[in-house]
Amino acid sequence: MGVALMKLAQWTAAGHGTGTLEITPLNEAVLKEIVMFVESFIYKHPQEAKFVFVEPLEWNTSVAPSAFESGYVVSETTVKSEEVDKNGQPLLFLSVPQIKIRSFGQLSRLLLIAKTGKLKEAQACVEANRDPIVKILGSDYNIMKEDSIALNILGKITRDDDPESEIKMKIAMLLKQLDLYLLNHSLKHISLEISLSPVTVKKDIELLKCFSGKGDQTVLESIEYTSDYEFSNGCRAPPWRQIHGEICYVLVKPHDGETLCITCGAGGVFLNGGKTGDEGDINYERKGSIYKNLVAFLREKSPKFSENMSKQGISFSEDQQKEKDPLGKAPKKEEAAALRKDISGSYKRSLEKNQINFGRNQMTKRWEPSLNWKTTVNYRNKGSAKEIQEDKRTGKLEKQRPSVSHGRAQLLGKSAEKIEEIVSDSSSESEEDEEPPDHRQEASADLPSEYWQIQKLVKYLKGGNQTATVIALCSMRDFNLAQETCQLAIRDVGGLEVLINLLETDEVKCKIGSLKILKEISHNPQIRRNIVDLGGLPIMVNILDSPHKSLKCLAAETIANVAKFKRARRVVRQHGGITKLVALLDCAHDSTKPAQSSLYEARDVEVARCGALALWSCSKSHTNKEAIRKAGGIPLLARLLKTSHENMLIPVVGTLQECASEENYRAAIKAERIIENLVKNLSSENEQLQEHCAMAIYQCAEDKETRDLVRLHGGLKPLASLLNNTDNKERLAAVTGAIWKCSISKENVTKFREYKAIETLVGLLTDQPEEVLVNVVGALGECCQEHENRVIVRKCGGIQPLVNLLVGINQALLVNVTKAVGACAVEPESMMIIDRLDGVRLLWSLLKNPHPDVKASAAWALCPCIENAKDAGEMVRSFVGGLELIVNLLKSDNKEVLASVCAAITNIAKDQENLAVITDHGVVPLLSKLANTNNNKLRHHLAEAISRCCMWGRNRVAFGEHKAVAPLVRYLKSNDTNVHRATAQALYQLSEDADNCITMHENSAVKLLLDMVGSPDQDLQEAAAGCISNIRRLALATEKARYT
Amino acid sequence: MNRKKLQKLTDTLTKNCKHFNKFEVNCLIKLFYDLVGGVERQGLVIGLDRNAFRNILHVTFGMTDDMIMDRVFRGFDKDNDGCVNVLEWIHGLSLFLRGSLEEKMKYCFEVFDLNGDGFISKEEMFHMLKNSLLKQPSEEDPDEGIKDLVEITLKKMDHDHDGKLSFADYELAVREETLLLEAFGPCLPDPKSQMEFEAQVFKDPNEFNDM
Repeated sequence: MGVALMKLAQWTAAGHGTGTLEITPLNEAVLKEIVMFVESFIYKHPQEAKFVFVEPLEWNTSVAPSAFESGYVVSETTVKSEEVDKNGQPLLFLSVPQIKIRSFGQLSRLLLIAKTGKLKEAQACVEANRDPIVKILGSDYNIMKEDSIALNILGKITRDDDPESEIKMKIAMLLKQLDLYLLNHSLKHISLEISLSPVTVKKDIELLKCFSGKGDQTVLESIEYTSDYEFSNGCRAPPWRQIHGEICYVLVKPHDGETLCITCGAGGVFLNGGKTGDEGDINYERKGSIYKNLVAFLREKSPKFSENMSKQGISFSEDQQKEKDPLGKAPKKEEAAALRKDISGSYKRSLEKNQINFGRNQMTKRWEPSLNWKTTVNYRNKGSAKEIQEDKRTGKLEKQRPSVSHGRAQLLGKSAEKIEEIVSDSSSESEEDEEPPDHRQEASADLPSEYWQIQKLVKYLKGGNQTATVIALCSMRDFNLAQETCQLAIRDVGGLEVLINLLETDEVKCKIGSLKILKEISHNPQIRRNIVDLGGLPIMVNILDSPHKSLKCLAAETIANVAKFKRARRVVRQHGGITKLVALLDCAHDSTKPAQSSLYEARDVEVARCGALALWSCSKSHTNKEAIRKAGGIPLLARLLKTSHENMLIPVVGTLQECASEENYRAAIKAERIIENLVKNLSSENEQLQEHCAMAIYQCAEDKETRDLVRLHGGLKPLASLLNNTDNKERLAAVTGAIWKCSISKENVTKFREYKAIETLVGLLTDQPEEVLVNVVGALGECCQEHENRVIVRKCGGIQPLVNLLVGINQALLVNVTKAVGACAVEPESMMIIDRLDGVRLLWSLLKNPHPDVKASAAWALCPCIENAKDAGEMVRSFVGGLELIVNLLKSDNKEVLASVCAAITNIAKDQENLAVITDHGVVPLLSKLANTNNNKLRHHLAEAISRCCMWGRNRVAFGEHKAVAPLVRYLKSNDTNVHRATAQALYQLSEDADNCITMHENSAVKLLLDMVGSPDQDLQEAAAGCISNIRRLALATEKARYT
Repeated sequence: MNRKKLQKLTDTLTKNCKHFNKFEVNCLIKLFYDLVGGVERQGLVIGLDRNAFRNILHVTFGMTDDMIMDRVFRGFDKDNDGCVNVLEWIHGLSLFLRGSLEEKMKYCFEVFDLNGDGFISKEEMFHMLKNSLLKQPSEEDPDEGIKDLVEITLKKMDHDHDGKLSFADYELAVREETLLLEAFGPCLPDPKSQMEFEAQVFKDPNEFNDM
């Protein structure tokens, strides 16, 4: 009647709030077992039955006073037992309707008297007495409390030898046994019960649907879901009902009866309160008993159904059974068996080692997978515990059964996390930030001996003075703290709280010892989270102010470990940690002064190093980067960068590299002459340092001046030479990234060619991870802007691997690859190779890529391809549906895509036949619609496309009709000569049509065009002049017509 | 004491003391005579007796453990005459405030080696640690925890596994983990009170130079 019972009572309370037990078969079974236990108690344990409870069990009984016979003093409304305790109080006292009972003997008797009402009495008793154990044995025995308390009880019992304690102890053991028995028993129940999953329910309903409809032969008239929306876990019930295990609701109209509104839940199928009101809200209350599945339910409710079912003669149920067996039953049984084993196992051990007993059982119970005992509170825990449970068992069970409770748990977990996320902060970072679910140490695993040793040490930490504490701390450090078992053991025995508490004391030695441990165990992501939850970070931030350098160091190092996820980083910032950490960096300048020979002191350089380490961790979030800058961190970092200690340089460069993603930083990095030192450290021996330097250069080299600085400080050569070492992929990615960004400057490309970097890059096009490939291809794309390099790439056989990469899915990679292929296609010889490899088709198919950047990049790449391919027109036509595809891209709302597609259309339209096709696809109205834009790039390419498209049929007239002319005239006011030229050419083409000339004239194009004639650009001059001449000619013609 | 004598005493002591400069020695001598309560009494040994010294340890350096304080007194009182004279005072404080790790290790070991046989035995450890744990009412044997703690300490520090700590054991353990320097009780001033003491005693040099 212990834990199991309490759980049971709690669960129902959580579900309903009224504190009543729900009548489920399982609860009923549990109650029956309790009744049996109590009834037989008086015979089996006569001595214990006389034991007087610490507090009476009270509830409202329905047993009438008249039912009591011998052994009781009965009056009209009260009953007293003749049996009394030491003080003469009766052990049973009934004053209608309340009853108080103070011994097991009386309990037994009452149940015998109650006869048929036994179950009801038991239920009332359980409902009214949530903590029966406490009432019976006293609050010491509250096993639901912390284990530490529980641990003491047995010690206590064994110490004082009075007989009462012995009995107490015996009762405690008996109750424990009952408890275990109940759990085992209910597990058996659960395992026998068929748990429904969304999949099986769905199948049922769909099958039934097939056999439903009008007519006598069908099984049902209709069956429908109440909701059309299906959640990703297969449930249709709203999430807050999914918590209760409900999967979906169906409206069933049988041939012989009213429409039934049915709830299908994981625990079974039952009739609910039906639809209420017009909005279709469902009254979720259960109205009938629970059936194992829909078919069983309907058989019961509708005779016609069962009749027709059998008539149909379908092997409906058989089918189901087959399906269900592997899905539902088998793993269930296995699971249950495993659980049983666990429990009995832990029980056996508990007999030997009483200490463990209480704590362990509590843990065992935490993950009882009871599907119809409703719980909301600890779903997250349960879900994850179950997951481990499954994973552990040879992984066989994994994903076999799309368990509802899983889905639910995840759903709940997710939403909880989401909330945290929202509250969390504004930071930009995303990677490795997910906080892992909290896995508490599991009961099923055998606890290693370290666990008990650590528990003992924590006890000394709690109860020792500073000498004992220091000894315990030092001894704890001898465990392998890098090992997860030890890390979690420290947490699970409550060590984290103590360690963090120690940080708040005045004892420097204790603080040092505690931090040394925290520093180690905070490598574990779960521990990090726990430290933050326990409020450890603000304390450590305060320690950063301590006059003791070694304390500062340790605190900073621990912060560096803890601040690996964003919530922690935020806490550090909010408590002023960033400023303090930046202040630590300042220590290094007076390192020439001889260190004071105090005992626990570290060197200034070390302090700065730890500060940099912590800042590195913190700098992963956007707001912190800003905070570091504001605290004046950049000059300090720049100064530290001049040192030559590798272990100092790595965190410093790491921080800079993180921060360089911010515009402000890049400017500051330039100003503080940091690039020079970064370049210097590229030649360091340390791979990690090289990597971070390259990464920082990669981030900063977006800026032209920085790229030049890298070259001026001789950074290109080390970069190129680092390319030859391909073992360290992270470093390779950083180095290739730096090369990519640097090669945006032409001068740098020339240098790279000198260093034979291009050949090496081509070699890296195969067998590299994507992060490397993106950068390599990006670099090649930049290099190939120059003729010489294109030749090199071709000669090294770089085109084939590039074209091969066109089939990838990595978006960043595709953008770069298309650009590189496009750059190569400028060379007719390379173009031949691309064509032969079917590269154009691949590029064309990338126009269908969902991402606009890829689309645009592919379209740009197509331009040189079409321009340089032999027989381009034929090639383009050979792509089925290709022209329609590209014309339709003009409907995009991305300016870059539009510009690139316009450019591609310009090239396509060079072929008359293709022009005819795209005209048919409605290119003219689409282009005309784009005319009202302010984007110069788009204007340029749009005007070119229009001018090309004018060459066919009555397109000139059509552009006029679609009002493209007036906006084009306005383009002439733009300040971009490319736009001017393209526009003038377009207008020249359009001016062949008289109506367009009139429109141009109305929009005062002539004045603007006259200005253009004076331009130094010949094409522009010519086009403008031609346009004016067309307008003029029209004017002359009209005049002529008027006077003749 | 006249200025000349003080000057002379200061000079002698400064010569013999490597951690303090002349000014500091001067301050400490001054403090010593302040504490003793007079400069000289005819025919009497001048110094701090056990109680006076313990009082200083308690008030100034925050020590509380009676036994350890006695041991510290013995550590100061090199000539074993039952009182700390000015020479011993300067020497002792030199170690207290400025001692190197080696000096401190030697001193601490002497403090912990209660019977002076060159080893810290289990019994000595037990003696020193016996008040270090909160008495747990549930414990069967209240000393069990202490015994366990002694075992833990031995496991940690007894490198040659002879069941007692020699100075070599102790030195090795402390070099590995400085926190173990005062493993069996605080016998050195904690950093905070040390700083306060220094700040108080060595303040305002001008005032002292005037003497």
